[in-house]
Amino acid sequence: MTFDELLARPLVVVTGKGGTGKSTVAAVLGLAAARRGKRTIVAEVARRGDVSRALAGTSPAGALHEQEVAEQLSHISIDPQAAMEEYLLDQLPRPLAELLAASRLFGLLAAATPGMRELLSVGKVWELAQEARRTPGGRPYDLVVLDAPATGHGVAVLEAPRTFAETARVGPIARQGRTIHEMLADPARTAVVAVATAEETPVTETLELRAALQASMGLPLARVVVNRMLPSRFSAADEERVTALPSSRARRAALAGAGRSRAQRSQLTRLRRGLGAGTPVTTLPEVLTGALALPELERLSRDLERRG
Amino acid sequence: MIQTRLDGRRVIICAGSGGVGKTTTSAAIALGLAAQGKRVAVVTIDPAKRLAQSLGLDTLGNEPALVAAERFEGHGLEVTGELWAMMLDAKRTFDELIERLAPDERTRDEILDNRIYQELSGAVAGSQEFTAVAKLHELSTSGRFDAIVLDTPPSRNALDFLDAPDRLTSFFEGRALRLFIAPSGIAARVMGRGTSVVFSILKRVTGVDLLEDLSVFFRALSGVIEGFRERTAGVKALLADPATTFLIVASPEREPVEEAIFFRGKLDEAGMPFGGLIVNRVHMLAPDEEEPGVAELAEQLGGDDKLAAKVVRTLQDFRTLAERDAAAIARLKGEIGDEDPVLVPHLDGDVHDVDGLVAVHKHLFATDEERDALLAEVAF
Repeated sequence: MTFDELLARPLVVVTGKGGTGKSTVAAVLGLAAARRGKRTIVAEVARRGDVSRALAGTSPAGALHEQEVAEQLSHISIDPQAAMEEYLLDQLPRPLAELLAASRLFGLLAAATPGMRELLSVGKVWELAQEARRTPGGRPYDLVVLDAPATGHGVAVLEAPRTFAETARVGPIARQGRTIHEMLADPARTAVVAVATAEETPVTETLELRAALQASMGLPLARVVVNRMLPSRFSAADEERVTALPSSRARRAALAGAGRSRAQRSQLTRLRRGLGAGTPVTTLPEVLTGALALPELERLSRDLERRG
Repeated sequence: MIQTRLDGRRVIICAGSGGVGKTTTSAAIALGLAAQGKRVAVVTIDPAKRLAQSLGLDTLGNEPALVAAERFEGHGLEVTGELWAMMLDAKRTFDELIERLAPDERTRDEILDNRIYQELSGAVAGSQEFTAVAKLHELSTSGRFDAIVLDTPPSRNALDFLDAPDRLTSFFEGRALRLFIAPSGIAARVMGRGTSVVFSILKRVTGVDLLEDLSVFFRALSGVIEGFRERTAGVKALLADPATTFLIVASPEREPVEEAIFFRGKLDEAGMPFGGLIVNRVHMLAPDEEEPGVAELAEQLGGDDKLAAKVVRTLQDFRTLAERDAAAIARLKGEIGDEDPVLVPHLDGDVHDVDGLVAVHKHLFATDEERDALLAEVAF
């Protein structure tokens, strides 16, 4: 799948092991799509990390507020409670919805029923990706980029609608669950991108994620972004000559850098081999500076595009 | 050093965000205690495959298995005690708990067969957190171990873990349950007795099947409430016990640092004992001293300016990393209130095998003097 084909889908789900820079990649993909003139929104389902702060700025946005952060690019933080209220309002006449919300009955039910919170969150993501928006006054988006929870839970979030439909069997929520599941399990509408670093565990988990995704959703892994690649500066011959230098910190740093870069490349090879030809792998460089603000994200985004 | 933080502790809980080496740290602490002659169990949630294999954990069982001491022979470490390790199976732990608490077979089967229960005990967020503390409680009361080390679930929100017992208790004692099992509760209404406006609206949204399943589930569950309540009280007491300690594990990157600070605050709020901070993957900063410049290096490299420049740039990169790490550690020290955290350097090579485990162990258990020497060795 080319970069263009990836961003042509209405929903791109970004997942991966914690600490690999998943939110950064979600933001970077959102920026790339917006640059192409696509009306894009980056959606986040859990607590706000600092990448989304970089995207969303410092002004506090309310729950479910679609905040425009750059030209053609918005950001939303999805709170299950707010998603639930919105859903009730859509399903019922306003007085009934308000009565139900006020009785707390539905809230308690949501808290007690496994998968309900996940369903409500992912249901909001689905709503954002619809051409005819349910949200009053909501304009349609060309692309929704979901910054999903870390790997294990990432698949669980995608499975939630079906799980729920199976639990509830009949009724409006079950129907809703099935509709959402149809979209999530459709490779023409949903693409999953995994983020990894070139290390033992993230590579193993990425390969496992691909298998789990295929087994539970019938979805291929559209692309893997390998983050934090170190520069590969030294050839084998260089390394030999550096080894011959008298002892110094510079010598040790060079040898350590060469060793780390070599280890990364061998993990990258293992990943590529494990994935086979069907899943493209793109790399992003390690960024040594502290906080990522919009300009750095923009730079990374162009870099990702360039590397295809 | 870590030793002073472990003295007199029987339960050691390692918390922190994913990807900071929490599992390896937990296993290395357990290994260190076992090397001191203790009977130790380490409970991990989702270990890297290679680490699991190196501990002989590739077989499931949901019970601790003895790690053969021979695995550490030839690595310069003698395990005179016993090292036990297990990988937590959340669903099975939940099932076992129900089996133990159910008053009779019928109640047990009714719960185990209920679809709501099956979803609840499986992959749903929160069940890992709850079963981890339940297992911890079981192992701790068994008297089989001198110490238990728990590697907490890779939860995005560490709060889930601390809250697990409380949330369960308030769930059982709270409105949700009463709503379902009270004489005029949902269960009764689903069965056709009594109607209310709110309930009929609810039915309109959820459908009646879901409500039925929930009613059956909650009615069956009411039979085990008393047992659950005692259990959660026990778990809560265990977490707050003076012989329990929480170690916060972090790496000097932005997200793990913020997560660690957040968790520290939550520990205080929950009245749980904080034992210390461990920072993994640290790049040590050496004091400025005479280093060969590009010209000198180029001369030593037979006039290769380019290669010399690359060498110098790589040192610069490492110094940038080391400065970043030093700033992160300074922030952690201040915010977390541990003036002397245990620092483990970024270890090159594979930390997922026995060698890696032994290397982490060496850094964790080094005396202050040994540690200073070890860290100076790897500083840039």
